[in-house]
Amino acid sequence: MDNSILEMRGITKEFPGVKALNNVSFKVARGEIHCLVGENGAGKSTLMKVLSGVYPHGSYSGDILFDGQVQHFKGIADSERVGIAIIYQELALVPDMPVFENIFLGNENRKGWLINWNETIRRASAMLDKVGLKVNPATLVRDLSVGKQQLIEIAKALSRDVKLLILDEPTAALNEIESDNLLELLRGLRNQGVTCILISHKLKEVMAVADKVTVLRDGQTIVTLDATKGELTEGVMIKHMVGREIENIYPPRAHTPRNEIVLQVDHWTAHDPALGRDVVKDAHFKVRKGEIVGFAGLMGSGRTELAHSIFGNPDGYRLQGELTVKGEKRALSQPEQAIKAGIAYVSEDRKGDGLILIQDVKQNISIANLRELAARGVLNANAEIKVANEYKGSMNIKTPSVEQKVGNLSGGNQQKVSLAKWLFVKPNVLILDEPTRGIDVGAKFEIYSLMSKLVQQGMSIILISSELPEVLGMSDRVYVVAAGRIAGELPISEATQERVMQLATN
Amino acid sequence: MFLQNLQKQLRQNIREYGMYIALFVIMAIFAATTEGIFVSPRNLSNLIDQTGYIAVLAVGMTLVIVIRHIDLSVGFLAGFLGAISAIMLVQWGLPTFLVVPLVMGLGVIAGLITALPVAALKIPSFVASLAGMLIYRGLLLLVTEKTGTIIIPDETFNALGNGFIPDLPHFLPVGEKTHLLTLLLGFVAIVLFVLSQINDRKQKQAYNFEVLPTNLFVLKLAFVALLIGGVSMVLAAWSGISWTLVIVLVVVAVYYFITTQTVLGRHIYAVGGNPEAAELSGINVKRIIFVVFGSMGMLSALAGILFTARLRSATTTAGTLFELDAIAAAYIGGVSAAGGVGKVIGSIIGALVMLSLTSGMNLMGIGIAYQYVVRGLVLVAAVIFDVTTRNRGR
Ligand SMILES: Nc1ncnc2c1ncn2[C@@H]1O[C@H](COP(=O)(O)OP(=O)(O)OP(=O)(O)O)[C@@H](O)[C@H]1O
Ligand SMILES: [Mg+2]
Repeated sequence: MDNSILEMRGITKEFPGVKALNNVSFKVARGEIHCLVGENGAGKSTLMKVLSGVYPHGSYSGDILFDGQVQHFKGIADSERVGIAIIYQELALVPDMPVFENIFLGNENRKGWLINWNETIRRASAMLDKVGLKVNPATLVRDLSVGKQQLIEIAKALSRDVKLLILDEPTAALNEIESDNLLELLRGLRNQGVTCILISHKLKEVMAVADKVTVLRDGQTIVTLDATKGELTEGVMIKHMVGREIENIYPPRAHTPRNEIVLQVDHWTAHDPALGRDVVKDAHFKVRKGEIVGFAGLMGSGRTELAHSIFGNPDGYRLQGELTVKGEKRALSQPEQAIKAGIAYVSEDRKGDGLILIQDVKQNISIANLRELAARGVLNANAEIKVANEYKGSMNIKTPSVEQKVGNLSGGNQQKVSLAKWLFVKPNVLILDEPTRGIDVGAKFEIYSLMSKLVQQGMSIILISSELPEVLGMSDRVYVVAAGRIAGELPISEATQERVMQLATN
Repeated sequence: MFLQNLQKQLRQNIREYGMYIALFVIMAIFAATTEGIFVSPRNLSNLIDQTGYIAVLAVGMTLVIVIRHIDLSVGFLAGFLGAISAIMLVQWGLPTFLVVPLVMGLGVIAGLITALPVAALKIPSFVASLAGMLIYRGLLLLVTEKTGTIIIPDETFNALGNGFIPDLPHFLPVGEKTHLLTLLLGFVAIVLFVLSQINDRKQKQAYNFEVLPTNLFVLKLAFVALLIGGVSMVLAAWSGISWTLVIVLVVVAVYYFITTQTVLGRHIYAVGGNPEAAELSGINVKRIIFVVFGSMGMLSALAGILFTARLRSATTTAGTLFELDAIAAAYIGGVSAAGGVGKVIGSIIGALVMLSLTSGMNLMGIGIAYQYVVRGLVLVAAVIFDVTTRNRGR
């Protein structure tokens, strides 16, 4: 009897047109943090869905041994019963329920037939403390940022008696402080005997917490590395993941911004009537032609709100101030007008308001620029397929065909579709809100190279990102946003991690 | 190889073919239980005319449900506008060619009024249209209060619900009673269909896209040609193509074209699929709501005209429960309540299924009580089939 809590043997899972998992074996020892890494579409999420019963026994081939017993999960309820909890890449909270109800949803604190609300709230508060989240448990989940929602998900999993906690890219939407807290949390749990499987594209944090790392590529197990034996370096992981070595994370800086100002914002204030407060306060900034302007800041500092308020104000904020696009004062009251003015916005929340998951890849790529594919309102379906195939090729989108539903793609590939959609609009100013969230190292480099190429061609890019290295590595100039205000502007030569963090947290 | 291909196509498209198969099975069962009366030319011709007004409503309702809304007001709106057309014809003495566009215009306005609170204030369409339902019911009673049922003597108008297209002089040797023009139109339809399919296939091949294997392609052409040919022969054996059928075909053609080939259609499905994403993609969601409800209003008016013409009169209860038949037809035809999914042709088949059930059970002499139960069961079965085949993925 060895000390493994989980062993998956010869797992094969097919979808129409895709072999997502091909004879995968995967072993996790009791009480370790085991990271699962691999490129977008390698099969990481699918493997975890097989494990947790989302894909029931019989829909895949191979065996699952948990706690020394062969398991035939028919659904998530079965895997939860034996002590497996999974937090998905896609958040699964009920937006209109308060935090405390969400935490105990399906696991209610009962008093006979009734729910013991006082106990629920008390325990919810304790759970929130445990994950280091300071919110009122009565807040509606809808009103929280993606980052905080992620922590609620973790609190929810912890509220059950877990033996094996699976986290699918939990830190993708978290800032560094929150990520560090989370990793600390995982170490704490490990010491209490909880085993963790962590999927992540952030190799730094994998380095920081992993006891072991398993690399998947194209649906197959490539290798399992043992950190305690010193086998783990970023380079080794990348090499196994992509099958070759990647030397630079950022492409060389080959562009110079021109002097022409394409977008300028002055005295810009956005009041959110639903929240009853200003989400953007007296902001000033400008963007030059061929420039990458970084917007750094903490989660919830108001960068997304700022972007929305410029991009035709879909949330109905009350706006004050001046917006100048290409030297002309503009009042953009619809995203439609913003697009016509040459602005594009790639949403940070691809599932929520970025993509139409039930439609296929080509429909998602074309939706914001159908007019280019139409004559007098009638679409040219073949031209659409052609355009989609071009983007599929140039952006390396992993899908059996452009007629695959976007909801069936892996997270990273969805992000690429989202980008392709806005590139097809051919904007002058491209706003990227967390563009590399959930994207693997190789694809990140592709996206950075693409950005570099676009600015060389004269496009301007606003890069909103919570990954500071990315902002510093790509931008020509950096604005730091804190609590809805532009707290400072730094030329790239003066922008250091410390300077930015200092401004962001003040 | 051939069989394998066929099997693969069937399995991939089971959801789509399922409806046709269901309709076919239902028709076959009734053909057997009524000793062929159900499939007699006379009955089928009748069935089509009866289906007409529900089919027209179902087409509009499909789009409403696709954008995640509902319109409960359509039944009584159709009844009310039917009464208005009767009043225009009988009391104001207007000719049919004026009444039809006027009433359809009123329908558009009514639809836009329903859309106003929905789009501007985000009032649930269930509530807004429920209010509309009550209001139109009241208005219908109000305008028919003094006169009671309004009999329409205008034969041009009544022909919309009962008449048939005229025939050509018999310059070809067909039977005395056979409707020659119907046969010719059927033939033209087959030729056009085959040509357009071949053209489409050529274009796809030019772009190097996947197409059906040749033998399956020929099989599909043959099947559809047989179907069109069969239906035209059956109709020709009775009185030919009815005006109702002409109108329904035009509506279907227009809506099929809009939903599958145009930017507007794509925008409608995008709004249904994810309204927030649609908005951020530069689609004016409010405008889409207005367009879809406006179209629903227009089609309600058309349905009211067809129904009134068919009865040759406007009654005080016209339109009762039409909305539920239309909604049921749309669901049988595969629309999804979650939005973004649903086809116009599907809803027409759904309407045919509903009306075939009614007609067939009437012929069999089954009591009205059982009829409701059977229709309810079929509705549930259809939706369960739809949901389970959808979850299984493509
Ligand atoms: N429901 C589905 N239907 C069809 N194909 C699917 C489905 N789910 C996943 N796939 C395919 O299976 C493969 C593996 O997907 P998976 O989501 O497991 O990738 P991943 O390793 O989690 O990637 P990422 O890092 O981008 O999240 C992909 O090619 C994906 O397109
Ligand atoms: Mg994944």
